[in-house]
Amino acid sequence: MKKKLTTVAFQGTPEQEKQLLAVIAKHKGEKGSMMPIMQEAQDIYGYLPIEVQTIIARETGVSLEEIYGIATFYSQFKLNPDGKYAISVCLGTACYVKGSGDVLDEISKQLNVPIGSTSPDGKFSVEATRCLGACGLAPVMTINGEVYGSLKKEDVKTILAKYR
Amino acid sequence: MDMIKVIINGKEYSVEKGSTVLEAAKAANIDIPTLCYLKDINEIGACRLCLVEVAEMRGPALGPWRMVTACVYPCTEGMQIKTNTPKITASRKMNLELLLSNHDKKCLSCVRSTNCELQTLCREYGVDQSTFTGTTNHYEIDNKTPIIRDNNKCVLCRRCVATCAKVQGIGVIGANNRGFDTFIGSQFEKALAETSCINCGQCIVSCPVGALYERDDTDKVFEAIADPNKHVFICTAPSVRAQIGECFGYEPGTDTEGKMVAALKRLGFDGVYDMNLTADLTIVEEATELIGRVQNNGVLPMITSCSPGWIKFCEHYFPEFTENLSTCKSPQQMFGAVVKTYYAQKMGWDPKDIFFVSAIPCTAKKFEVGRPDQSAAGVPDVDVAITTREVGRMIQKAGINFRALADEKFDDPFDIGSGAGAIFGATGGVMEAALRYAAEIILGKKLEKVDFPEVRGTEGIKTASYKLGDLTVNVAVASSTGKARELLNKVKNGELDVQFIEIMACPGGCVNGGGQPIQPAKVRMSTDLRAVRAAVLYKDDADETLRKSQDNLAVKKLYDEFFGKPNSHKAHEVLHTSYIKRGLYK
Repeated sequence: MKKKLTTVAFQGTPEQEKQLLAVIAKHKGEKGSMMPIMQEAQDIYGYLPIEVQTIIARETGVSLEEIYGIATFYSQFKLNPDGKYAISVCLGTACYVKGSGDVLDEISKQLNVPIGSTSPDGKFSVEATRCLGACGLAPVMTINGEVYGSLKKEDVKTILAKYR
Repeated sequence: MDMIKVIINGKEYSVEKGSTVLEAAKAANIDIPTLCYLKDINEIGACRLCLVEVAEMRGPALGPWRMVTACVYPCTEGMQIKTNTPKITASRKMNLELLLSNHDKKCLSCVRSTNCELQTLCREYGVDQSTFTGTTNHYEIDNKTPIIRDNNKCVLCRRCVATCAKVQGIGVIGANNRGFDTFIGSQFEKALAETSCINCGQCIVSCPVGALYERDDTDKVFEAIADPNKHVFICTAPSVRAQIGECFGYEPGTDTEGKMVAALKRLGFDGVYDMNLTADLTIVEEATELIGRVQNNGVLPMITSCSPGWIKFCEHYFPEFTENLSTCKSPQQMFGAVVKTYYAQKMGWDPKDIFFVSAIPCTAKKFEVGRPDQSAAGVPDVDVAITTREVGRMIQKAGINFRALADEKFDDPFDIGSGAGAIFGATGGVMEAALRYAAEIILGKKLEKVDFPEVRGTEGIKTASYKLGDLTVNVAVASSTGKARELLNKVKNGELDVQFIEIMACPGGCVNGGGQPIQPAKVRMSTDLRAVRAAVLYKDDADETLRKSQDNLAVKKLYDEFFGKPNSHKAHEVLHTSYIKRGLYK
């Protein structure tokens, strides 16, 4: 799926940058080090915004576009930070046939957050996930790990109200 | 050289060990179709059009027949290869249909129609519609720079990506996203104008289809010609004459200067001028600047400034070197500036009524005309820069039978160019022209031998050392910005001590510029365009009696009547410019 650019302002700290520079220094001169650097960068910041990718580009001499290409190729890399409330709706087969697609669209609509991104204030992130292993409760979603099952489109408003 | 035996379509051939199946077939005069393949630049087996059937020896017996991609599969001893079976044809057809299923088939008016590698293959394989229907991608056309990207026609071959990253050392384009969402673009969905792209256009000449092309400015030129109140002039860069013939079916490396001039006159320009003249003017200014820097402890090494792709590269990637750039405008800008100051004054014209067009092998020149500090007469020195391809299209559109034209000569008073000016279009040419001038000035006597073969040739980086009297001059030449990066890093690290550097952004120099006629991968596989095109310019030079810029009487006249002497105050006002420290991603 096409990745969405973030609208959340970058909140990186000098401490995080120091950690990132140490990671890059650790991998210096190592062949095939871009993946581990990017993975560790995501561990530090939680996602890989342009500010972080620019540091990696500057320090490694690899072009920013090449790094962005990698970041958008692998689903493990995130361009958006997790929201204060991270909403994950299961689009696995069982959930999907029971209507989780509609639930996801409804959440996206009500929060005005495109699927795969985070609200500009950083409060909500909305994403689709693969099977969560709770097919008996389909359709299922989690908000910060808390599981909601047997969802209907009509339930969305009440559930979201708890977090607003 | 180790050779191995292979059997291609039932016939035995001896091929170089390590050859790919594609190379072996080529040596046997068999073309295997390719789309993503670009010799030495992009060999990734992505498009699957070069599929062939091979069977390799497994011990004493022949192994099973398999389909492999010829462009990356190495030949082995005793290998059997079939390049043209019904099975192969069917698979190539299928791949073409799959490509077409997500391709904007607006071929009728496509700028690459009849010169499109996809179209050629579709014709050969009888494919015109895809039997696959379903979702197609729709992309906005990125047209904010002289380089226009239309991803609706992109086949994701990655030839542009490889050229940008590997040849030019830039890498502002790449494949983003994955699977069906994959598209070629820049970081964080930025338009090319927001990146550190240098407008060199090497991506355009690498593109097999119509996904990349230059901004077409020919309508502006036709309109100006039709305006009775405008004096419309065109000057042609050294390498346009060496390549424009390719637009009309001539082999690469055919000099068609006379026909080009005749055709431009028939288009209705009020004057058709030779840019070799301002190449000479550039040499006089630039070499004088160099001698001045050497004598007055100025910033060294001095680096040439004729190539606007290189200038923008320097501003983005080596801003610490902008003081090293010669302040001379490029020959194109000098020409416009001379016409709009000196000539306007002489003829009693308002510079605003002059429309000055330059014909160039370059897409970066389209960016250069809009740069600040390029308006000596208060109006832009050059109004429009059009590529060799655009000149070709104008001539075609006007219905001029190029091949039937008799040779004509450039117009007075800007018709004289030296051999030194002619070789400006090839890597090492500006260096050689400058040496012909500087050597004579430093030695204080006429130069017997004007050839400096050490700086000629298609090598990416060349260095030479010359002893001129008591003075030793070390010089270096680089072509392609990838090689320029290598060279400048050496200068930065103190590994290389030189006084004068020539850099051209395109590999091989302007003859291989981003605005030149596009030759398909098939031709680029067997012909080194850099060498055959440059040979035209070196022949021009050798055939000239006028070999040195300083002997050009038209240049002398400019100094006598207008500038006084080289690097005079007036010359600085009109012929020199300034640079910007851009830095990366700006």
